[in-house]
Amino acid sequence: MYTLYYIAGIAVLISFFADRQKTINGLKVGWKKFSKILGTYLKLLIILSFILLISDQFIINYLGGQAPFIGMIMGLIIGSVTMMPGFIAYPLAGILVSKGVNYMVVAAFITTLMLVGVATYPVEKEYFGIKATIWRNIAGFIISGIIAVATGILYGEVLI
Amino acid sequence: MADKNKNTNRTNYYVFAIFLAFITVSYFFDYDLGERIGSNFMIFARDMGLLLPPAFVLIGLFDVWVSRESIENNFGHTSGFKKYIYAILLAATTVGGTFVAFPVANTLYHKGANYSSIFTYVTAASLVMIPMSIMEASILGIKFTAIRIGVSLPLVIISSILLGNFFSSIDYKIPKAD
Repeated sequence: MYTLYYIAGIAVLISFFADRQKTINGLKVGWKKFSKILGTYLKLLIILSFILLISDQFIINYLGGQAPFIGMIMGLIIGSVTMMPGFIAYPLAGILVSKGVNYMVVAAFITTLMLVGVATYPVEKEYFGIKATIWRNIAGFIISGIIAVATGILYGEVLI
Repeated sequence: MADKNKNTNRTNYYVFAIFLAFITVSYFFDYDLGERIGSNFMIFARDMGLLLPPAFVLIGLFDVWVSRESIENNFGHTSGFKKYIYAILLAATTVGGTFVAFPVANTLYHKGANYSSIFTYVTAASLVMIPMSIMEASILGIKFTAIRIGVSLPLVIISSILLGNFFSSIDYKIPKAD
């Protein structure tokens, strides 16, 4: 977590010794970019705080006890609209597996969680524009579907 | 355009202030839903609050020190297939995932990286981050992680090339975020 501070600190020091004016300019550029996007990040924080209200129990109920194929579709959808940090998502995935949920379903959920960000749309659109954001997320959704099916095949859950 | 940005930023600050007030009041009156939203907020706020300042310091330094040619040669049109390897390596070591990767990708693009390499970079940043992948392997097994990364990387590169060609063909411009 603090690694980034060490890296940034060392980078600033080296840069400062190499060229003082350039360093100041760089910090100014960084600050300008940061202050411009800060409001959008705060908005994202609010959205995420509400999204995380979807409880673990809800996800376990919905992804477990489904036919594998339906479970996979549900996993793709729930993973796309939610967003959670890894230290919450992976233990949850571990619970799903221990409850006998197919790896294919878990892969669908975990991969869309990472690749498709409906919730992060406000930030992504600032940096990529609306069109690129939408297409990138569609591509992410398709890739997630392929990964889920491949996982199912390689774990012997889907017979071909 | 600059004015509009200032205004939306200001609106966001107001909304955020109201949100914080709501959380504080919820804690005072033991309002359960508000408290749960508050603790969710803390989870993400700690992550982002800690990551973003040093990330933007590095982005700023990157912007003044790294020359346009070196980005063009490594991530741009003059770079061949190796730009995808570089993009994936950069992604694997990006701390903080997509929150940090978005502004980095934007800076790379305006320094001369082309679409397909920044798409590869951002997509890979959420897929192959090293610390996260280690955590995943320890909980779900190495096989799971190996399948996920092994299957996804080729797909990420292929889709980035397709999207890159598409966006070049319609002459799309990515907004400049600074």
